[in-house]
Amino acid sequence: MQPIISVSGLTKTYASGFEALKTINLEIRPGEIFALLGPNGAGKTTLINIICGIVNPSSGVIRADGCDIVKDYRAARAKIGLVPQELSTNAFETVFAAVSFSRGLFGRPANPAYVEKVLRDLSLWDKKDSMIMTLSGGMKRRVMIAKALSHEPKILFLDEPTAGVDVELRRDMWEMVRSLRATGVTIILTTHYIEEAEEMADRIGVINKGEIILVEDKAALMNKLGKKQLILHLLDRLDAIPDELAGYRLELSGNGSELVYTYDAKGEGTGIAPLMRRLSDLKIDFQDLQTSQSSLEEIFVSLVRASP
Amino acid sequence: MNLHAIRAIYFFEMERTWRTLLQSIVSPVISTSLYFIVFGAAIGSRMTAIDGIAYGAFIVPGLIMLSLLTQSLSNASFGIFFPKFSGTIYEILSAPVSYVEIVVGYVGAAASKSILLGLIILATARLFVAFEIAHPLWMLAFLVLTAVAFSLFGFIIGIWADGFEKLQLVPMMIITPLTFLGGSFYSIDMLPPFWRTVTLANPVVYLVSGFRWSFYESSDVSVAISLGMTAAFLIACLTMVWWIFKTGYKLRA
Ligand SMILES: Nc1ncnc2c1ncn2[C@@H]1O[C@H](COP(=O)(O)OP(=O)(O)OP(=O)(O)O)[C@@H](O)[C@H]1O
Ligand SMILES: [Mg+2]
Repeated sequence: MQPIISVSGLTKTYASGFEALKTINLEIRPGEIFALLGPNGAGKTTLINIICGIVNPSSGVIRADGCDIVKDYRAARAKIGLVPQELSTNAFETVFAAVSFSRGLFGRPANPAYVEKVLRDLSLWDKKDSMIMTLSGGMKRRVMIAKALSHEPKILFLDEPTAGVDVELRRDMWEMVRSLRATGVTIILTTHYIEEAEEMADRIGVINKGEIILVEDKAALMNKLGKKQLILHLLDRLDAIPDELAGYRLELSGNGSELVYTYDAKGEGTGIAPLMRRLSDLKIDFQDLQTSQSSLEEIFVSLVRASP
Repeated sequence: MNLHAIRAIYFFEMERTWRTLLQSIVSPVISTSLYFIVFGAAIGSRMTAIDGIAYGAFIVPGLIMLSLLTQSLSNASFGIFFPKFSGTIYEILSAPVSYVEIVVGYVGAAASKSILLGLIILATARLFVAFEIAHPLWMLAFLVLTAVAFSLFGFIIGIWADGFEKLQLVPMMIITPLTFLGGSFYSIDMLPPFWRTVTLANPVVYLVSGFRWSFYESSDVSVAISLGMTAAFLIACLTMVWWIFKTGYKLRA
Protein backbone atom coordinates (compact mmCIF):
# COMPACT_ATOMS: atom_id res chain seq x y z
CA MET A 1 0.00 0.00 0.00
CA GLN A 2 1.29 3.45 -0.88
CA PRO A 3 1.95 5.51 2.25
CA ILE A 4 -0.21 8.59 2.70
CA ILE A 5 2.76 10.45 4.10
CA SER A 6 6.32 9.58 3.36
CA VAL A 7 9.23 11.38 4.93
CA SER A 8 12.66 10.52 3.67
CA GLY A 9 16.01 11.86 4.70
CA LEU A 10 14.45 14.83 6.49
CA THR A 11 16.80 16.99 8.54
CA LYS A 12 16.22 20.32 10.23
CA THR A 13 18.78 22.70 11.60
CA TYR A 14 17.29 25.92 12.96
CA ALA A 15 18.91 29.28 12.21
CA SER A 16 20.36 29.17 15.73
CA GLY A 17 22.42 26.19 14.56
CA PHE A 18 20.38 23.76 16.66
CA GLU A 19 19.89 20.42 14.94
CA ALA A 20 16.28 19.60 15.79
CA LEU A 21 15.86 16.65 13.39
CA LYS A 22 18.57 14.23 12.30
CA THR A 23 17.65 12.24 9.21
CA ILE A 24 14.04 11.26 9.76
CA ASN A 25 12.52 8.48 7.66
CA LEU A 26 8.90 7.71 8.32
CA GLU A 27 5.89 6.37 6.49
CA ILE A 28 2.31 6.83 7.59
CA ARG A 29 -0.28 4.42 6.25
CA PRO A 30 -3.58 5.63 4.87
CA GLY A 31 -6.41 5.51 7.36
CA GLU A 32 -4.33 4.80 10.44
CA ILE A 33 -4.03 6.59 13.74
CA PHE A 34 -0.35 7.15 14.34
CA ALA A 35 0.88 8.31 17.74
CA LEU A 36 4.20 10.09 17.98
CA LEU A 37 5.65 9.89 21.46
CA GLY A 38 8.70 11.64 22.78
CA PRO A 39 9.97 13.75 25.65
CA ASN A 40 9.89 17.56 25.60
CA GLY A 41 12.08 19.00 22.88
CA ALA A 42 12.35 15.70 20.99
CA GLY A 43 11.31 17.35 17.73
CA LYS A 44 7.64 16.29 17.43
CA THR A 45 6.32 19.76 16.71
CA THR A 46 9.22 20.52 14.39
CA LEU A 47 8.44 17.41 12.35
CA ILE A 48 4.73 18.23 12.15
CA ASN A 49 5.35 21.88 11.33
CA ILE A 50 7.64 20.93 8.48
CA ILE A 51 5.09 18.54 6.99
CA CYS A 52 2.40 21.22 7.27
CA GLY A 53 4.52 23.96 5.67
CA ILE A 54 5.07 26.17 8.71
CA VAL A 55 8.77 25.44 9.05
CA ASN A 56 11.17 24.98 6.14
CA PRO A 57 13.02 21.64 5.99
CA SER A 58 16.82 21.77 5.76
CA SER A 59 16.94 18.73 3.51
CA GLY A 60 14.92 15.69 2.58
CA VAL A 61 11.76 14.90 0.66
CA ILE A 62 8.23 14.71 2.03
CA ARG A 63 5.17 13.57 0.15
CA ALA A 64 1.60 13.89 1.32
CA ASP A 65 -0.75 11.63 -0.62
CA GLY A 66 1.79 11.55 -3.43
CA CYS A 67 2.32 15.33 -3.57
CA ASP A 68 5.71 16.83 -2.79
CA ILE A 69 5.13 19.32 0.04
CA VAL A 70 7.54 21.86 -1.45
CA LYS A 71 7.14 21.58 -5.22
CA ASP A 72 3.44 20.79 -5.14
CA TYR A 73 2.60 22.60 -1.93
CA ARG A 74 -0.89 23.61 -2.97
CA ALA A 75 -2.14 20.08 -3.54
CA ALA A 76 -0.26 18.76 -0.51
CA ARG A 77 -1.51 21.38 1.96
CA ALA A 78 -5.10 21.18 0.74
CA LYS A 79 -5.13 17.58 1.97
CA ILE A 80 -3.82 18.40 5.44
CA GLY A 81 -5.50 19.82 8.53
CA LEU A 82 -3.49 20.90 11.57
CA VAL A 83 -4.39 21.54 15.18
CA PRO A 84 -1.24 23.11 16.59
CA GLN A 85 0.09 22.64 20.09
CA GLU A 86 -0.44 26.26 21.11
CA LEU A 87 -3.96 27.63 21.42
CA SER A 88 -4.09 30.64 19.15
CA THR A 89 -7.36 32.09 17.96
CA ASN A 90 -8.74 35.44 16.91
CA ALA A 91 -10.41 36.68 20.07
CA PHE A 92 -12.89 38.97 18.31
CA GLU A 93 -14.16 36.54 15.74
CA THR A 94 -17.27 34.41 16.06
CA VAL A 95 -16.92 30.65 15.97
CA PHE A 96 -18.84 30.34 12.72
CA ALA A 97 -16.84 33.09 11.01
CA ALA A 98 -13.55 31.54 12.15
CA VAL A 99 -14.38 28.14 10.74
CA SER A 100 -15.72 29.59 7.48
CA PHE A 101 -12.54 31.66 7.15
CA SER A 102 -10.39 28.54 7.41
CA ARG A 103 -12.43 26.79 4.77
CA GLY A 104 -11.95 29.69 2.34
CA LEU A 105 -8.27 29.95 3.14
CA PHE A 106 -7.83 26.32 2.14
CA GLY A 107 -9.45 27.01 -1.21
CA ARG A 108 -12.89 25.56 -0.63
CA PRO A 109 -16.10 27.32 -1.67
CA ALA A 110 -18.35 28.37 1.19
CA ASN A 111 -20.53 25.54 2.52
CA PRO A 112 -22.53 26.57 5.59
CA ALA A 113 -24.15 23.14 5.82
CA TYR A 114 -20.80 21.42 6.14
CA VAL A 115 -19.55 23.98 8.66
CA GLU A 116 -22.73 23.37 10.65
CA LYS A 117 -22.09 19.64 10.65
CA VAL A 118 -18.52 20.09 11.90
CA LEU A 119 -19.69 22.43 14.66
CA ARG A 120 -22.47 20.07 15.70
CA ASP A 121 -20.07 17.11 15.79
CA LEU A 122 -17.85 19.08 18.13
CA SER A 123 -20.77 20.28 20.29
CA LEU A 124 -20.05 23.87 19.29
CA TRP A 125 -23.23 24.64 17.38
CA ASP A 126 -24.89 26.56 20.18
CA LYS A 127 -21.74 28.71 20.39
CA LYS A 128 -21.58 29.49 16.70
CA ASP A 129 -22.30 33.21 17.18
CA SER A 130 -20.17 33.63 20.28
CA MET A 131 -16.93 35.55 20.13
CA ILE A 132 -14.06 33.15 20.59
CA MET A 133 -12.70 35.10 23.55
CA THR A 134 -15.84 34.25 25.53
CA LEU A 135 -15.21 30.49 25.24
CA SER A 136 -13.46 28.24 27.72
CA GLY A 137 -10.06 26.75 26.93
CA GLY A 138 -11.52 23.37 26.04
CA MET A 139 -14.01 24.99 23.69
CA LYS A 140 -11.26 27.04 22.07
CA ARG A 141 -9.37 23.85 21.41
CA ARG A 142 -12.46 22.39 19.77
CA VAL A 143 -12.76 25.53 17.64
CA MET A 144 -9.23 24.89 16.46
CA ILE A 145 -10.19 21.33 15.60
CA ALA A 146 -13.23 22.60 13.71
CA LYS A 147 -10.98 25.00 11.79
CA ALA A 148 -8.63 22.15 10.93
CA LEU A 149 -11.54 20.05 9.67
CA SER A 150 -13.25 22.89 7.79
CA HIS A 151 -11.75 21.99 4.42
CA GLU A 152 -12.42 18.25 4.67
CA PRO A 153 -8.77 17.15 4.92
CA LYS A 154 -7.64 13.57 4.30
CA ILE A 155 -4.88 13.88 6.85
CA LEU A 156 -5.23 15.43 10.30
CA PHE A 157 -2.36 16.38 12.58
CA LEU A 158 -3.15 16.83 16.25
CA ASP A 159 -0.19 18.24 18.15
CA GLU A 160 -0.92 17.35 21.77
CA PRO A 161 -4.67 17.56 21.46
CA THR A 162 -5.30 16.67 25.07
CA ALA A 163 -2.65 18.69 26.88
CA GLY A 164 -4.40 20.46 29.75
CA VAL A 165 -7.77 18.95 28.90
CA ASP A 166 -9.95 17.35 31.55
CA VAL A 167 -10.72 13.64 31.58
CA GLU A 168 -14.18 13.96 30.11
CA LEU A 169 -13.15 16.17 27.25
CA ARG A 170 -10.24 13.86 26.60
CA ARG A 171 -12.66 10.95 26.21
CA ASP A 172 -14.80 13.05 23.85
CA MET A 173 -11.69 13.86 21.88
CA TRP A 174 -10.77 10.19 21.56
CA GLU A 175 -14.29 9.46 20.43
CA MET A 176 -14.11 12.17 17.82
CA VAL A 177 -10.75 10.94 16.53
CA ARG A 178 -12.13 7.43 16.18
CA SER A 179 -15.20 8.56 14.28
CA LEU A 180 -13.00 10.64 11.99
CA ARG A 181 -10.86 7.63 11.31
CA ALA A 182 -14.01 5.72 10.48
CA THR A 183 -14.62 8.21 7.66
CA GLY A 184 -11.20 7.44 6.22
CA VAL A 185 -9.15 10.31 7.65
CA THR A 186 -5.56 9.51 8.58
CA ILE A 187 -4.64 10.90 11.97
CA ILE A 188 -1.21 11.67 13.36
CA LEU A 189 -1.15 12.80 16.96
CA THR A 190 1.56 13.60 19.45
CA THR A 191 1.10 13.06 23.11
CA HIS A 192 2.88 12.74 26.39
CA TYR A 193 0.21 10.40 27.74
CA ILE A 194 1.14 6.81 27.12
CA GLU A 195 -2.39 5.71 27.94
CA GLU A 196 -3.61 7.89 25.14
CA ALA A 197 -1.36 6.19 22.63
CA GLU A 198 -2.42 2.84 24.03
CA GLU A 199 -6.08 3.75 23.78
CA MET A 200 -6.05 5.30 20.34
CA ALA A 201 -3.17 4.42 18.11
CA ASP A 202 -2.78 1.74 15.48
CA ARG A 203 0.93 2.36 15.37
CA ILE A 204 3.32 4.11 17.67
CA GLY A 205 6.50 5.97 16.85
CA VAL A 206 8.97 7.14 19.44
CA ILE A 207 11.18 10.14 18.74
CA ASN A 208 14.02 11.34 20.90
CA LYS A 209 16.59 14.08 20.32
CA GLY A 210 15.55 14.43 16.70
CA GLU A 211 15.71 10.74 15.85
CA ILE A 212 12.97 8.18 15.40
CA ILE A 213 14.01 5.31 17.62
CA LEU A 214 11.06 3.01 17.15
CA VAL A 215 8.02 2.55 14.97
CA GLU A 216 5.84 -0.40 15.74
CA ASP A 217 2.30 -1.69 15.53
CA LYS A 218 0.57 -1.08 18.77
CA ALA A 219 -0.67 -4.68 18.73
CA ALA A 220 2.91 -5.94 18.54
CA LEU A 221 3.96 -3.61 21.29
CA MET A 222 1.02 -4.61 23.41
CA ASN A 223 1.91 -8.23 22.87
CA LYS A 224 5.21 -7.58 24.51
CA LEU A 225 3.35 -5.78 27.21
CA GLY A 226 0.76 -8.50 27.51
CA LYS A 227 3.46 -10.66 29.09
CA LYS A 228 3.17 -10.77 32.81
CA GLN A 229 5.47 -12.38 35.28
CA LEU A 230 4.64 -14.17 38.48
CA ILE A 231 7.56 -14.37 40.89
CA LEU A 232 7.51 -16.89 43.68
CA HIS A 233 9.93 -16.45 46.54
CA LEU A 234 10.70 -20.05 47.46
CA LEU A 235 11.13 -21.37 50.98
CA ASP A 236 13.84 -23.76 49.83
CA ARG A 237 16.21 -23.18 46.98
CA LEU A 238 15.89 -25.25 43.85
CA ASP A 239 18.91 -26.34 41.82
CA ALA A 240 16.93 -26.91 38.67
CA ILE A 241 13.36 -26.77 37.49
CA PRO A 242 11.76 -30.17 38.14
CA ASP A 243 10.94 -32.14 34.99
CA GLU A 244 7.30 -32.34 36.03
CA LEU A 245 7.06 -28.58 35.39
CA ALA A 246 8.62 -28.67 31.91
CA GLY A 247 5.33 -27.62 30.30
CA TYR A 248 5.45 -24.18 31.93
CA ARG A 249 7.57 -21.19 30.94
CA LEU A 250 9.58 -21.12 34.11
CA GLU A 251 12.95 -19.74 35.01
CA LEU A 252 14.99 -19.74 38.16
CA SER A 253 16.60 -16.63 39.42
CA GLY A 254 18.10 -15.23 42.59
CA ASN A 255 20.40 -18.26 42.92
CA GLY A 256 17.48 -20.63 42.82
CA SER A 257 15.45 -18.81 45.46
CA GLU A 258 12.96 -17.37 43.00
CA LEU A 259 10.83 -19.11 40.49
CA VAL A 260 9.68 -16.85 37.65
CA TYR A 261 6.65 -17.78 35.60
CA THR A 262 5.98 -15.80 32.41
CA TYR A 263 2.46 -15.90 31.06
CA ASP A 264 0.21 -14.09 28.66
CA ALA A 265 -2.24 -11.97 30.61
CA LYS A 266 -4.39 -11.45 27.54
CA GLY A 267 -4.50 -15.09 26.47
CA GLU A 268 -7.11 -17.62 27.45
CA GLY A 269 -6.42 -18.73 30.99
CA THR A 270 -3.18 -17.77 32.57
CA GLY A 271 -2.24 -21.24 33.73
CA ILE A 272 -1.63 -19.97 37.23
CA ALA A 273 -4.11 -22.24 38.99
CA PRO A 274 -2.82 -25.54 37.51
CA LEU A 275 0.74 -24.40 38.18
CA MET A 276 -0.11 -23.80 41.81
CA ARG A 277 -1.63 -27.25 42.10
CA ARG A 278 1.45 -28.86 40.54
CA LEU A 279 3.69 -26.96 42.90
CA SER A 280 1.77 -28.15 45.93
CA ASP A 281 1.82 -31.70 44.56
CA LEU A 282 5.58 -31.39 44.29
CA LYS A 283 5.76 -29.89 47.79
CA ILE A 284 7.44 -26.73 46.53
CA ASP A 285 6.48 -24.09 49.08
CA PHE A 286 6.84 -20.35 48.79
CA GLN A 287 6.73 -17.60 51.34
CA ASP A 288 5.67 -14.75 49.12
CA LEU A 289 4.65 -13.98 45.59
CA GLN A 290 4.39 -10.98 43.33
CA THR A 291 3.42 -10.21 39.77
CA SER A 292 4.94 -7.65 37.48
CA GLN A 293 4.10 -6.22 34.11
CA SER A 294 6.21 -3.92 31.98
CA SER A 295 4.14 -0.98 30.80
CA LEU A 296 4.46 0.99 27.61
CA GLU A 297 5.75 3.68 29.89
CA GLU A 298 8.65 1.50 31.00
CA ILE A 299 9.46 0.50 27.45
CA PHE A 300 9.31 4.11 26.44
CA VAL A 301 11.53 5.29 29.24
CA SER A 302 14.08 2.56 28.68
CA LEU A 303 14.13 3.28 24.95
CA VAL A 304 14.65 6.96 25.49
CA ARG A 305 17.37 6.28 28.09
CA ALA A 306 19.14 3.81 25.86
CA SER A 307 19.26 6.08 22.83
CA PRO A 308 22.45 8.12 22.79
CA MET B 1 -4.98 30.93 -8.09
CA ASN B 2 -6.68 30.32 -4.77
CA LEU B 3 -9.39 32.97 -5.09
CA HIS B 4 -11.28 31.65 -2.09
CA ALA B 5 -8.23 32.32 0.06
CA ILE B 6 -7.78 35.86 -1.23
CA ARG B 7 -11.44 36.53 -0.53
CA ALA B 8 -11.19 35.03 2.95
CA ILE B 9 -8.16 37.14 3.89
CA TYR B 10 -9.54 40.29 2.26
CA PHE B 11 -12.91 40.12 3.97
CA PHE B 12 -11.40 39.12 7.29
CA GLU B 13 -9.28 42.26 7.16
CA MET B 14 -12.16 44.47 6.03
CA GLU B 15 -14.28 43.04 8.81
CA ARG B 16 -11.68 44.40 11.23
CA THR B 17 -12.32 47.90 9.86
CA TRP B 18 -16.04 47.80 10.56
CA ARG B 19 -15.42 46.35 13.98
CA THR B 20 -13.01 49.17 14.79
CA LEU B 21 -14.95 51.78 12.86
CA LEU B 22 -14.24 54.52 15.34
CA GLN B 23 -10.52 54.00 15.25
CA SER B 24 -10.11 53.32 11.56
CA ILE B 25 -12.49 55.80 9.93
CA VAL B 26 -14.03 58.21 12.39
CA SER B 27 -10.88 59.34 14.18
CA PRO B 28 -8.88 60.27 11.03
CA VAL B 29 -11.94 62.15 9.74
CA ILE B 30 -12.16 64.09 12.99
CA SER B 31 -8.49 64.95 13.05
CA THR B 32 -8.51 66.12 9.41
CA SER B 33 -11.57 68.23 10.12
CA LEU B 34 -9.60 69.88 12.91
CA TYR B 35 -6.80 70.65 10.46
CA PHE B 36 -9.29 72.30 8.13
CA ILE B 37 -10.79 74.35 10.89
CA VAL B 38 -7.42 75.51 12.18
CA PHE B 39 -5.33 75.80 9.00
CA GLY B 40 -8.06 76.20 6.45
CA ALA B 41 -10.53 78.51 8.11
CA ALA B 42 -8.75 80.20 11.04
CA ILE B 43 -5.17 80.64 9.84
CA GLY B 44 -5.87 80.16 6.13
CA SER B 45 -8.09 83.23 5.97
CA ARG B 46 -5.04 85.37 6.81
CA MET B 47 -2.65 83.61 4.45
CA THR B 48 -2.00 84.76 0.92
CA ALA B 49 -2.89 82.43 -1.90
CA ILE B 50 -0.16 80.08 -3.13
CA ASP B 51 0.16 79.84 -6.92
CA GLY B 52 -3.23 81.48 -7.09
CA ILE B 53 -4.84 78.82 -4.89
CA ALA B 54 -6.51 79.81 -1.63
CA TYR B 55 -4.55 78.41 1.31
CA GLY B 56 -7.50 76.34 2.57
CA ALA B 57 -7.81 74.62 -0.77
CA PHE B 58 -4.05 74.35 -1.20
CA ILE B 59 -3.65 72.07 1.81
CA VAL B 60 -6.45 69.66 0.84
CA PRO B 61 -4.35 67.28 -1.31
CA GLY B 62 -1.53 67.29 1.24
CA LEU B 63 -3.85 66.49 4.12
CA ILE B 64 -5.42 63.61 2.22
CA MET B 65 -1.94 62.27 1.43
CA LEU B 66 -0.98 62.56 5.09
CA SER B 67 -3.91 60.36 6.14
CA LEU B 68 -3.44 58.03 3.21
CA LEU B 69 0.19 57.36 4.08
CA THR B 70 -0.25 56.91 7.82
CA GLN B 71 -3.40 54.81 7.47
CA SER B 72 -1.96 52.58 4.75
CA LEU B 73 1.10 51.97 6.88
CA SER B 74 -0.72 51.30 10.12
CA ASN B 75 -3.47 49.15 8.58
CA ALA B 76 -1.14 46.96 6.58
CA SER B 77 1.54 46.63 9.24
CA PHE B 78 -0.95 45.75 11.96
CA GLY B 79 -2.81 43.36 9.67
CA ILE B 80 0.17 41.06 9.26
CA PHE B 81 1.89 41.80 12.57
CA PHE B 82 -1.05 40.75 14.69
CA PRO B 83 -1.35 37.14 13.44
CA LYS B 84 2.40 36.81 13.95
CA PHE B 85 2.05 38.16 17.45
CA SER B 86 -1.00 36.06 18.40
CA GLY B 87 0.22 32.90 16.67
CA THR B 88 -2.72 32.60 14.30
CA ILE B 89 -0.28 33.00 11.40
CA TYR B 90 0.20 29.21 11.56
CA GLU B 91 -2.97 28.88 9.57
CA ILE B 92 -1.86 31.18 6.77
CA LEU B 93 1.50 29.43 6.59
CA SER B 94 -0.06 25.97 6.43
CA ALA B 95 -2.69 26.93 3.86
CA PRO B 96 -2.42 26.23 0.13
CA VAL B 97 -1.78 29.88 -0.68
CA SER B 98 1.06 31.48 -2.60
CA TYR B 99 2.73 34.59 -1.30
CA VAL B 100 1.15 36.58 -4.10
CA GLU B 101 -2.27 35.61 -2.76
CA ILE B 102 -1.30 36.50 0.81
CA VAL B 103 -0.05 39.90 -0.33
CA VAL B 104 -3.09 40.58 -2.51
CA GLY B 105 -5.37 39.74 0.44
CA TYR B 106 -3.61 41.76 3.13
CA VAL B 107 -2.29 44.65 1.06
CA GLY B 108 -5.45 44.82 -1.01
CA ALA B 109 -7.58 45.18 2.11
CA ALA B 110 -5.28 47.78 3.68
CA ALA B 111 -5.16 49.79 0.46
CA SER B 112 -8.96 49.58 0.01
CA LYS B 113 -9.46 50.93 3.48
CA SER B 114 -7.17 53.89 3.04
CA ILE B 115 -8.57 54.71 -0.41
CA LEU B 116 -12.03 54.69 1.11
CA LEU B 117 -10.77 56.88 3.91
CA GLY B 118 -9.08 59.26 1.44
CA LEU B 119 -12.37 59.69 -0.40
CA ILE B 120 -14.24 60.29 2.85
CA ILE B 121 -11.72 62.95 3.85
CA LEU B 122 -12.03 64.51 0.42
CA ALA B 123 -15.79 64.76 0.91
CA THR B 124 -15.30 66.13 4.42
CA ALA B 125 -12.90 68.78 3.12
CA ARG B 126 -15.48 69.92 0.62
CA LEU B 127 -17.67 70.91 3.57
CA PHE B 128 -15.00 73.35 4.81
CA VAL B 129 -13.40 74.75 1.67
CA ALA B 130 -14.32 75.19 -1.96
CA PHE B 131 -12.12 73.44 -4.55
CA GLU B 132 -12.34 71.72 -7.86
CA ILE B 133 -10.54 68.67 -9.18
CA ALA B 134 -8.98 69.31 -12.57
CA HIS B 135 -8.06 65.68 -13.35
CA PRO B 136 -10.30 63.31 -11.34
CA LEU B 137 -8.89 60.20 -13.01
CA TRP B 138 -5.30 61.18 -12.30
CA MET B 139 -6.36 62.05 -8.78
CA LEU B 140 -7.73 58.52 -8.36
CA ALA B 141 -4.67 57.02 -9.97
CA PHE B 142 -2.36 58.80 -7.49
CA LEU B 143 -4.64 57.83 -4.64
CA VAL B 144 -4.62 54.14 -5.57
CA LEU B 145 -0.93 53.99 -6.43
CA THR B 146 0.09 55.66 -3.19
CA ALA B 147 -2.27 53.55 -1.09
CA VAL B 148 -0.94 50.33 -2.61
CA ALA B 149 2.72 51.36 -2.34
CA PHE B 150 2.45 52.37 1.31
CA SER B 151 0.33 49.38 2.21
CA LEU B 152 3.11 47.21 0.79
CA PHE B 153 5.58 49.19 2.84
CA GLY B 154 3.40 48.68 5.90
CA PHE B 155 3.25 44.95 5.19
CA ILE B 156 7.05 44.86 5.17
CA ILE B 157 7.17 46.74 8.48
CA GLY B 158 4.63 44.34 9.97
CA ILE B 159 6.78 41.37 9.05
CA TRP B 160 9.98 43.01 10.20
CA ALA B 161 8.59 44.20 13.55
CA ASP B 162 8.88 41.79 16.44
CA GLY B 163 7.20 44.04 18.98
CA PHE B 164 4.73 46.87 19.20
CA GLU B 165 7.52 49.45 19.62
CA LYS B 166 9.04 48.60 16.27
CA LEU B 167 5.60 48.64 14.73
CA GLN B 168 5.14 52.25 15.82
CA LEU B 169 8.74 53.27 15.21
CA VAL B 170 8.78 53.72 11.44
CA PRO B 171 5.47 55.62 11.18
CA MET B 172 6.41 57.88 14.12
CA MET B 173 10.07 58.50 13.40
CA ILE B 174 10.13 58.51 9.63
CA ILE B 175 6.76 58.87 7.96
CA THR B 176 5.23 61.64 10.07
CA PRO B 177 8.27 63.96 9.77
CA LEU B 178 8.57 63.24 6.06
CA THR B 179 4.91 64.06 5.45
CA PHE B 180 5.05 67.27 7.47
CA LEU B 181 8.18 68.31 5.61
CA GLY B 182 6.82 67.02 2.31
CA GLY B 183 5.04 70.18 1.21
CA SER B 184 1.60 69.36 2.56
CA PHE B 185 1.24 72.81 4.12
CA TYR B 186 3.48 74.90 1.89
CA SER B 187 4.93 75.03 -1.58
CA ILE B 188 8.59 74.04 -1.61
CA ASP B 189 9.26 77.14 -3.69
CA MET B 190 8.73 79.05 -0.45
CA LEU B 191 11.87 77.43 1.00
CA PRO B 192 15.40 78.87 0.72
CA PRO B 193 17.35 77.23 -2.18
CA PHE B 194 19.42 74.97 0.09
CA TRP B 195 16.42 73.49 1.87
CA ARG B 196 14.58 73.15 -1.38
CA THR B 197 17.35 70.86 -2.64
CA VAL B 198 17.34 68.85 0.58
CA THR B 199 13.58 68.50 0.38
CA LEU B 200 13.83 66.93 -3.05
CA ALA B 201 15.31 63.87 -1.34
CA ASN B 202 12.03 63.39 0.47
CA PRO B 203 9.86 60.95 -1.51
CA VAL B 204 6.68 62.36 0.02
CA VAL B 205 7.29 65.64 -1.83
CA TYR B 206 6.71 63.84 -5.13
CA LEU B 207 3.52 62.18 -3.92
CA VAL B 208 2.03 65.40 -2.59
CA SER B 209 3.14 67.38 -5.60
CA GLY B 210 1.69 64.95 -8.12
CA PHE B 211 -1.51 64.64 -6.15
CA ARG B 212 -1.88 68.41 -5.91
CA TRP B 213 -1.29 68.74 -9.64
CA SER B 214 -4.30 66.46 -10.27
CA PHE B 215 -6.38 69.00 -8.34
CA TYR B 216 -5.03 72.38 -9.40
CA GLU B 217 -2.61 71.73 -12.29
CA SER B 218 0.14 73.36 -10.30
CA SER B 219 3.02 71.38 -8.89
CA ASP B 220 6.43 71.67 -7.24
CA VAL B 221 8.02 69.07 -9.51
CA SER B 222 6.95 67.75 -12.87
CA VAL B 223 4.08 65.25 -12.83
CA ALA B 224 6.07 62.72 -14.82
CA ILE B 225 8.74 62.71 -12.12
CA SER B 226 6.09 62.39 -9.41
CA LEU B 227 4.56 59.42 -11.14
CA GLY B 228 7.98 57.88 -11.79
CA MET B 229 8.99 58.24 -8.12
CA THR B 230 5.74 56.71 -6.89
CA ALA B 231 6.13 53.79 -9.29
CA ALA B 232 9.77 53.35 -8.26
CA PHE B 233 8.78 53.18 -4.60
CA LEU B 234 6.08 50.65 -5.44
CA ILE B 235 8.55 48.48 -7.31
CA ALA B 236 11.08 48.70 -4.47
CA CYS B 237 8.43 47.49 -2.02
CA LEU B 238 7.35 44.67 -4.33
CA THR B 239 10.93 43.49 -4.64
CA MET B 240 11.33 43.55 -0.89
CA VAL B 241 8.14 41.52 -0.37
CA TRP B 242 9.26 39.03 -3.01
CA TRP B 243 12.56 38.61 -1.18
CA ILE B 244 10.81 38.16 2.19
CA PHE B 245 8.72 35.29 0.91
CA LYS B 246 11.51 33.74 -1.09
CA THR B 247 13.73 33.50 1.97
CA GLY B 248 10.94 32.98 4.51
CA TYR B 249 12.41 35.95 6.40
CA LYS B 250 10.82 36.08 9.88
CA LEU B 251 7.86 34.02 8.67
CA ARG B 252 9.12 30.46 8.33
CA ALA B 253 11.84 29.23 10.69
N1 LIG C 1 12.37 28.39 15.96
C1 LIG C 1 13.29 27.66 16.62
N2 LIG C 1 14.57 28.06 16.66
C2 LIG C 1 15.50 27.34 17.31
N3 LIG C 1 15.26 26.18 17.96
C3 LIG C 1 13.99 25.75 17.96
C4 LIG C 1 12.95 26.44 17.29
N4 LIG C 1 11.80 25.76 17.47
C5 LIG C 1 12.12 24.68 18.20
N5 LIG C 1 13.43 24.66 18.51
C6 LIG C 1 14.14 23.63 19.28
O1 LIG C 1 13.99 22.40 18.61
C7 LIG C 1 13.83 21.34 19.56
C8 LIG C 1 12.57 20.55 19.24
O2 LIG C 1 11.45 21.35 19.50
P1 LIG C 1 9.98 20.83 19.26
O3 LIG C 1 9.08 21.95 19.53
O4 LIG C 1 9.93 20.19 17.92
O5 LIG C 1 9.86 19.73 20.40
P2 LIG C 1 8.61 18.84 20.82
O6 LIG C 1 9.02 17.42 20.66
O7 LIG C 1 7.40 19.28 20.10
O8 LIG C 1 8.50 19.18 22.37
P3 LIG C 1 7.22 19.34 23.31
O9 LIG C 1 6.85 17.97 23.75
O10 LIG C 1 7.73 20.15 24.45
O11 LIG C 1 6.15 20.03 22.54
C9 LIG C 1 13.80 22.00 20.93
O12 LIG C 1 15.08 21.85 21.51
C10 LIG C 1 13.52 23.44 20.64
O13 LIG C 1 14.14 24.27 21.59
MG1 LIG D 1 5.66 20.09 20.65
